[in-house]
Amino acid sequence: MFKDITIGQYYPTGSYVHELDPRTKILATLALIVGLFIINTFVPYIYIVAFILGVVYVSKVPLGYVLKGLKPLRVLILFTFIINVFMSQGDIIWSIGPLNATREGIYKALFMAIRLILLVVGTSILTLTTSPISLTDGIEQLLNPMKKIGVPAHELAMMMTIALRFIPTLLEETEKIMKAQMARGADFESGNVISRAKGLVPLLVPLFISAFRRADELAMAMEARCYRGGENRTKMKELKMDRGDTIALATTALLLVILVVHRTVL
Amino acid sequence: MSIKIENLTYVYNPGSPFETKALEDINIEIESGEFIGLIGHTGSGKSTLIQHLNGLIKPTSGKIVINGIDITEKTVKLSDIRRKVGLVFQYPEHQLFEETVYKDIAFGPQNLGLSETEIDQRVREAMELVKLPFDELRDRSPFELSGGQKRRVAIAGVFAMKPEVLVLDEPTSGLDPRTRDEVLDEIKTLHDRYKNTVILVSHSMEDVAKLVDRVIVMHNGKVIFSGTPREVFKETETLESIGLGVPQISYLVKALKKKNINLREDIFTVEEAKEEILKWIRSNKNV
Repeated sequence: MFKDITIGQYYPTGSYVHELDPRTKILATLALIVGLFIINTFVPYIYIVAFILGVVYVSKVPLGYVLKGLKPLRVLILFTFIINVFMSQGDIIWSIGPLNATREGIYKALFMAIRLILLVVGTSILTLTTSPISLTDGIEQLLNPMKKIGVPAHELAMMMTIALRFIPTLLEETEKIMKAQMARGADFESGNVISRAKGLVPLLVPLFISAFRRADELAMAMEARCYRGGENRTKMKELKMDRGDTIALATTALLLVILVVHRTVL
Repeated sequence: MSIKIENLTYVYNPGSPFETKALEDINIEIESGEFIGLIGHTGSGKSTLIQHLNGLIKPTSGKIVINGIDITEKTVKLSDIRRKVGLVFQYPEHQLFEETVYKDIAFGPQNLGLSETEIDQRVREAMELVKLPFDELRDRSPFELSGGQKRRVAIAGVFAMKPEVLVLDEPTSGLDPRTRDEVLDEIKTLHDRYKNTVILVSHSMEDVAKLVDRVIVMHNGKVIFSGTPREVFKETETLESIGLGVPQISYLVKALKKKNINLREDIFTVEEAKEEILKWIRSNKNV
């Protein structure tokens, strides 16, 4: 039942995109997000879609798998769409009761929906092609200059690593406990909201207990191996940018330039 | 309750790079009232197989027929199946959640929709079976008990549902030797008392040799042997090659035979070995 969740799931293929330095991919993703907010008409979407399709093609991750990440967000996207259709001022073309659908609304709703979809797809490429560990490594390196103003870069990265590391474990645990309680006749699927919420108690109590137990054990294991924060810590894998990264960054920069030019000149 | 598994295949994560075949073309028939030992190395598919028995996992292909009803059909009500097939998972104490021992054991029977008096009786019976003192423990929190007691509460929670088929996935893993023997005895008592079908998943050849009528051996998602412990434990070489081996006492008997002590070859419990060795000593005296 948790198999549909693909956001944040690493899909190893060993492609050029996978081999890139995580910092490159994080920066490129940020650039893509900025790009999505620079544009204000439909036409520049063509550049972004082409860019995303190109990256997906090079990464060798099946396009269908990337798009599966949208599935859990379809309600949110639909909701944004409807809100935008009805909540904008302009030419009324259709109305039910107090709600008016406007031409501008539909235009804006479509624009927003595409932006949301591209945001999700763009960022899920990052997590699909970057293992959680190298992702947090990259974030730590990028945050390093901020240490001077008191940002605890290493601690943040470590917290993220642990959180990401335990998502699959907790999902597995949830599924296991659910099965165990279902075998004892528990019902998680039928009934009204209140009885469903009550039905979750046999799942949540053991889940919390095991989460705390795991946290405790992990803290103990880390201390037993003399873990102590970021000071003077060396890395097993030093991050290094090479020619591939330069090409990737240049391509992304080019996209950003095109988008800016399109917005200001055309 | 008879169980018939036909051409059962199960694939994890189909269509993703993590696709793995957990079960391949399994065919098993289990008679009503049998005590089955299911053994196999880690990852051989035992746990996946038993979860099929009460519909927690749907097979990729194949059939599971319980008492003449194919439970893979969409029209079958799974709650009816789960009422009849009880499943004790590995480390079942991780599923405890109620405030008191009594309430936790009563959770299953309550879901069956039984009356208060019936539930009360069942909780008492289940606690007696697993040798937990009812009056002393009924109002204690299950979380403050010892590991062995927690395990017993969790097992009692499934016993109290009085399943016609009881499946236990390594019920003794992580227990000390004494508690382990006690828990196994309790399972045996339950089987003798209610004549229900029991499937015991285990790593321990000793436990299996001592308790069960029939052993099913799994390897890489396939059933490779099925027969009485006597028949199966004859295949020492094959069992060893898949990382299982035979009960330790059988090794002792083999070693003794090498020293020209004439014993029967198919011995796999300590009791039998004792009898045979005594017999040998007596016959030697007579000479």
